Amino acid sequence: MSTAEGDFLHVVTADDVSERRRLLGKALVWGSAGLLGCVVVVQLADHHSIASLGFENWRPTLYAYLFWAVCLCYSRVLLFGEHGKRALFVLPATLFVVSMVVFPLIFALGIAFSSWNLSSPDGRQFNGIDNLRQMWADPFYWNALGNMVRYTLAIAVEYAIAFGLALLLNADIRARKFFRVAFLMPLMLSPVAVSWMIGKSMLETRFGPVSRLARELGWDNPSFFSSPEVAQLTIMIMDAWTFIPFMMIMILAGLQAIPRELHEAAEVDGAPAWKRFWEITFPLMLPVSITAILIRIIFKLKLADIIINVTSGGPGGATDSVTSFIFREYRDRSNVGYGTLLAIFYLLLIVIALTVLMKLADRWMRPRY
Amino acid sequence: MSAQIFHDSDSDLAYRAGWATRRIIIYGVLLLWAFICLFPIYWTLSTTFKAAPDVMKGNLIPWIDFTPKWLGLRSLGLSPETIFAESTVREEFLKRFWNSAIVALGSSTFAVILGSFAAYGLSRFSYRFGFMRNGDISFFFLSQLILPPVVLALPFLVLYKELDLLDTRIGLIALYALTVLPIVIWIMRDQFGSIPVELEEAALVDGSSIWGAFLTIILPIALPGMVAAFIISLVLTWNEYFFAALLTASHAKTLPVMVASQTGSQGIAWWSMAALSLAAILPLVIIGIALERFIIKGMAAGAVK
Repeated sequence: MSTAEGDFLHVVTADDVSERRRLLGKALVWGSAGLLGCVVVVQLADHHSIASLGFENWRPTLYAYLFWAVCLCYSRVLLFGEHGKRALFVLPATLFVVSMVVFPLIFALGIAFSSWNLSSPDGRQFNGIDNLRQMWADPFYWNALGNMVRYTLAIAVEYAIAFGLALLLNADIRARKFFRVAFLMPLMLSPVAVSWMIGKSMLETRFGPVSRLARELGWDNPSFFSSPEVAQLTIMIMDAWTFIPFMMIMILAGLQAIPRELHEAAEVDGAPAWKRFWEITFPLMLPVSITAILIRIIFKLKLADIIINVTSGGPGGATDSVTSFIFREYRDRSNVGYGTLLAIFYLLLIVIALTVLMKLADRWMRPRY
Repeated sequence: MSAQIFHDSDSDLAYRAGWATRRIIIYGVLLLWAFICLFPIYWTLSTTFKAAPDVMKGNLIPWIDFTPKWLGLRSLGLSPETIFAESTVREEFLKRFWNSAIVALGSSTFAVILGSFAAYGLSRFSYRFGFMRNGDISFFFLSQLILPPVVLALPFLVLYKELDLLDTRIGLIALYALTVLPIVIWIMRDQFGSIPVELEEAALVDGSSIWGAFLTIILPIALPGMVAAFIISLVLTWNEYFFAALLTASHAKTLPVMVASQTGSQGIAWWSMAALSLAAILPLVIIGIALERFIIKGMAAGAVK
């Protein structure tokens, strides 16, 4: 992901922060932090039944944390004056993301190495690397990972279709606006609704219009979800249907940014259309294409809603994505620990794969000329 | 009359014929794809008004193939004759619809506000949090996009249980805002980057503060970008299913969860499922038609530098 940085705004301000104000600011931060600490300690004591204070939940800690966050933001202004006000732009978002991602991730690491059935009264049982061993021997998880690779590879076809459609939309056509809106529609639809609309009703073997069409075309007994290969293909097609517009729009934006003169020059030089495409359009579109594909891969790795609702992983796990597998794993056994370990392992794989991909993309993106 | 002087050479005539066939192919493909995109919506819309035999016979065109009936809407308590009567189904449906609307609007608003501030700060000032500089902070925000929802889902299930936030709208709003924040920052950074810094400089010289210049001068200019970011967030949060399915049970259940919970009984009441699906997609279909250019603007951000 590249960084587009605008010009920086350089402001010099005379910040006369009085000693009293500085003290107040510091007192605010440390005071609220102290309060947060106290609340946590009291709640922990209550939780481990050292002192019985009758807290029903951890809300007090949450409120103390929010109070601390507000104090921290306000203290920036007290401590650093105008410079502190600049920090106010980024600080709230940072605090929000850190508390919503980093903290739960650390928490997740703790859960991942334990057996925790939410409905059982024993609570969390630390079980070392048992989950890891279980994962290693779990054929369904590896199968789901394999499926993810296949699902991701399907992006190549989606990309080709999206590029073709973008070229058509960029051509000299009438009713461009109508086509653009029509092509955009699938992206707006809720995957759950799509699961019913397409997966459950249009592909219904007896009355669905698609099955009817398939029968007309000579497929005697159309069934889209009974054999593993066909089921996987159907899921791929449904997901592609929703997300092709996304890549199409990005590529279209890129196409429209190519200056016309380049094409005209090539045309004057007598280059045939396919050569103009391969020698001019395609290389120029490479950076946009790579961005679009990377974002598409990121979204593809989250694929779950359609699978959960249409096949719930079947037949025999052939359509399972990692997300839908973990979802069912939790639904069926309500074991939080094992599911979390699977998810964290998946995250590690994704981070490694995407880092490698981005490094490669960085090399490809460098112009050839 | 003399003989015709200028002739179209054979190659030129071939060119015209080629041009015509190319037009036909282009429009053919465009229309085919438009059909593929729109047919499922039409199918859902028409099935809402079909009785069981019509579905089974595969009738498609209303008034010619089949007579439209109010079956789908009646099953939601929204048909003309049931709309003024008491209806538990309608209440249930409206509650879910309302939950979805509040959660989607709330989280999108929250994410756009937080994200715009952060994107503006990152595009204008240089920061240092420890070893992290602007580029690293931007990357930190954008990298959240990579995080698959499963990783957060189970820890949040436990955390929300402890915090008594399970099955609350506020809990969903916070989580959804988190998931769309990277996208908002991505779009807004692009937007602010295209606004010349001289504008603020002029405002600052005239004596306004940094926040004053931002709120009164930059935000109005950046409004299209904010609308784009807001709508894309709205689309993603309205359609979100995974977190809602895990974290809500009865009180804060959203529309997609309601749709999903009814798919099990498919084949029995097609019209009612169709009506429900239609309700889930209709708001966004309307937004898509009306505000298409903002959606495209948002998605094209970052595609073109």
